[in-house]
Amino acid sequence: MESASSGADLQLDDVSKRFPGFTAIEELNLTVPAGSFFALLGPSGCGKTTTLRIVAGLETPTTGRVLIGKDDVTRTPSYRRPVNTVFQSYALFPHMTVLENVAFGLKRRGTKNAIARAHEALQMVELDHVAQRRPAQLSGGQQQRVALARAVVNRPALLLLDEPLGALDLKLRRQMQVELKDIQTDVGITFLHVTHDQEEAMTMADTIAVMNKGRIEQMGAPAELYELPRTAFVANFLGQSNLFAGPVLSAKGDTIVVDVAGRKIAVPRERAQRHAGDVTIGVRPEKLVLHTTEPAPAAGVNLLGPGRVHDVSFSGVSTQYLIAVPGVGTLTLFAQNLVSGPVVSDGAEVWLTWSVDHGFGVADEPAEALRFDPDDDTQAIAIAQRRRIEAELEEA
Amino acid sequence: MNRGLRLGIGTWGLAVYAILGFVLLLTPIVYTIAFSFNDSVKSNIVWRGFTFDNWTSICVVENGAVCEAFGTSILVGVVATLAATALGTAIAIALARYRLRFRAAATLLIFLPMATPEVVLGAGLAAQFLTAGVPKGVGTIILAHTMFCISFVVVTVRARVSSLDPALEEAGRDLYASPSQVWWRITFPLLLPGIIAAALLSFALSFDDFIITNFNAGAASTFPKYVYTAAARGIPAQANVIATAVFLLAIALVIGSQLYSAGRRKRLARTP
Amino acid sequence: MAFGMIGTSDAPAVADAAPGRRSPVALLLLLPGVAYLALFFVVPFVSLIVTSLKAPDPFGEIGRYVYAFRWENYVEVMTTYWPHIARSFGFAIAATIIALLIGYPIAYFIGVKLRRFPLLQALALVLVIAPFFISFLLRTFAWKQILADEGPVLGVLQSLTILPDDARLTGTAGAVIFGIAYNFIPFMTLPIYTSLERLDLRYLEAGGDLYASPATTFFKVTLPLSMPGVVSGTLLTFIPAAGDYINASSDFLGAPDTAMIGNVIEANFLRVENYPVAASLSIILMGAILLLVGLYIRRAGTKDLV
Repeated sequence: MESASSGADLQLDDVSKRFPGFTAIEELNLTVPAGSFFALLGPSGCGKTTTLRIVAGLETPTTGRVLIGKDDVTRTPSYRRPVNTVFQSYALFPHMTVLENVAFGLKRRGTKNAIARAHEALQMVELDHVAQRRPAQLSGGQQQRVALARAVVNRPALLLLDEPLGALDLKLRRQMQVELKDIQTDVGITFLHVTHDQEEAMTMADTIAVMNKGRIEQMGAPAELYELPRTAFVANFLGQSNLFAGPVLSAKGDTIVVDVAGRKIAVPRERAQRHAGDVTIGVRPEKLVLHTTEPAPAAGVNLLGPGRVHDVSFSGVSTQYLIAVPGVGTLTLFAQNLVSGPVVSDGAEVWLTWSVDHGFGVADEPAEALRFDPDDDTQAIAIAQRRRIEAELEEA
Repeated sequence: MNRGLRLGIGTWGLAVYAILGFVLLLTPIVYTIAFSFNDSVKSNIVWRGFTFDNWTSICVVENGAVCEAFGTSILVGVVATLAATALGTAIAIALARYRLRFRAAATLLIFLPMATPEVVLGAGLAAQFLTAGVPKGVGTIILAHTMFCISFVVVTVRARVSSLDPALEEAGRDLYASPSQVWWRITFPLLLPGIIAAALLSFALSFDDFIITNFNAGAASTFPKYVYTAAARGIPAQANVIATAVFLLAIALVIGSQLYSAGRRKRLARTP
Repeated sequence: MAFGMIGTSDAPAVADAAPGRRSPVALLLLLPGVAYLALFFVVPFVSLIVTSLKAPDPFGEIGRYVYAFRWENYVEVMTTYWPHIARSFGFAIAATIIALLIGYPIAYFIGVKLRRFPLLQALALVLVIAPFFISFLLRTFAWKQILADEGPVLGVLQSLTILPDDARLTGTAGAVIFGIAYNFIPFMTLPIYTSLERLDLRYLEAGGDLYASPATTFFKVTLPLSMPGVVSGTLLTFIPAAGDYINASSDFLGAPDTAMIGNVIEANFLRVENYPVAASLSIILMGAILLLVGLYIRRAGTKDLV
């Protein structure tokens, strides 16, 4: 019950949650170290919100245990847990003033000088001047900060953030990301942040757990997850990836060599999850280098091509090329705009190379990995759509 | 150009039609109010001149029968409203917030009284009181009114409950409020406007009900029953006085609450 | 009995969308009210059915009946009172149509045309609900006086020779239908207003943009979108209208030959004490209403009423 201002470890042991008709979480094991900023990242319906609600005490797990510090709180009702939540909709009480909202938790616990502490918390989020207003009179960003103050003021062992930035526009969201991170550093409380926004998770969290279909696919520091995704899902959900399937030709020394449409593609052994049989390997789009003439084979460099550029989209900082390579499929490539304007145009014949060290091999069965539909942005969907229509027209 | 003109005529035509509609709606009200000031002798049918006498003699005519009936109506209305509001609010919360095995059956049970003509409701209850040997009187009127008010309370409060974000109650629990504190500090205050609306509606329905009352009143008389009985021999002007007073009070309440909420909206709109 | 259903045309979709948890608390909340309705709505309905099948007391005592399964009650009632039954539904349908023709334009005017003037809109709404605040019986009685033989309306119509000198207004079917229609105009107007109030005016602009004349836009866009309100409004009018007996009573706007089923039920139950006749007529009325309403709802395609 008593809060620890330095935060406490959160531990989930074999937690599952089944609802009538579906399983939200399957045997989840997770440890969030005290004082960390931990993000649970995944698409909607992956079980991340259910996990958060179980930690908050708003749902009871079907099996498993929840520990905060050393205490088993699995059966503790939410109002007796040293946990506070910043709700997705903020859930500010509309019939109370901002100050009453912030003081609510303190008063329930009979804290002395609740009002003074509520004012302090409002000062922290720079909103003490609106203390007497009703939540409906505040802007979205202000409401979000009040919700944060209302949770933080209780000095919980663990602060839960349920997509708290989802309702804000992009610019405000960026600003709030920075503020949240600062506040976390200041107060030192353990933050558990649930989000579907991979960029948000990467900029804010020390550790990210990527969730999919009720399981944790991979966990680690943001850069680690990005550079070495272990599953096709992580490779595509966290940023974009080019994935290829093929049989392993040789696995001698510290590289494995895979046959991708007749080309030999090498991947460092320690960066590959599977070393024999049919495997799926990949490389990030920004690691690819574009060539307009076939480069000479070189040690430590993979080569694919020739392919044909069928879409060039210029986005200021970089240019995205979509390149169709016969037998492999469509590859995405990001190039920094070091010279002005795109280097090659639509329809050009190109070759692609990348350093062997940048490749990775995922754990999925090849058939499954390639069937996976990545979380495409609308632009990519539009391009795919156009491609399909063009193909149909050609046939006709 | 032509089209704009036609639209204009259409709008004006509609406005005239609507205003005629309002005149139609208000005619008998104005008549009733006017005749509360009629210097009537026995029957209050012919206009004989203006007087305030009826307003000062409400409880004098017919040995205060009008007054007594009015008092019974108030008593019935208050008790039936309290009972129906409590029972109906509980049902509304259960239906809107919980998963229930008998939801469809319960919903039907609540809908049916509203879809049943009052004469059937009244006759059914009267038949039951007859079978059970319950003597009819103020008690049976209250029982009957509570019954038909419940459904309206459920419908009114349920709309409010389902528009309430469940996250607010969760936030309360998350902020260390026990279940009873969550109810009294969060849920109840937020539902209160809906509950008050439901209670006012109940009272209005009960106060103006005649048909069901007529079947279950026995010798007791409510204000509408008094008017019905008096209609055959002539309704005294004092009945118009009571109706007028109730009308003016209700209109004042409605306009007051409209102004209050309009003012509040304006205050809320003034965001920084 | 209007306010209740006003908000309902839209509420149901939301209401069941968040089913929440299963909990014993729910039963505890539900039980008292449901038990009350069972005791004072379901059981009375059963006693009504039982009463409708009773036979007269074998010793001929008036007002006493014995338990029986006398199905003939229904046959006798139908043969004796079929004109009243037919009249009830005829009057109710006519009154509903008149109330719709008066109520819809009013609702449209308030909900669409007055939208830019919130204060006027609020005032107009108060005018529509104003009749609720003054006794239903006194309003009807007022109409009786206004339409009476010596009243102003008849005099004007006669002096304009629209009506012959020996014509009457009160005591006619027309007066009864008018009285019922009048009483239910607010019940018709409010639900239609609620569905029109939220009507996005851009739909109407889109209709005009897509070459629909104002009339076509109304019948193809506005009317279908306001159907939930029309359905609630017509039901709120039709159901009580079919069972009404105030307007048709000789003391108000009717005469003996305008008596509706409600008048017969009242007379048999409260005056003649012929309970089986009153009960079987109630059952017939209820059954006919459920049948008509069921057909109507199926045709109008709206299921959600509560």
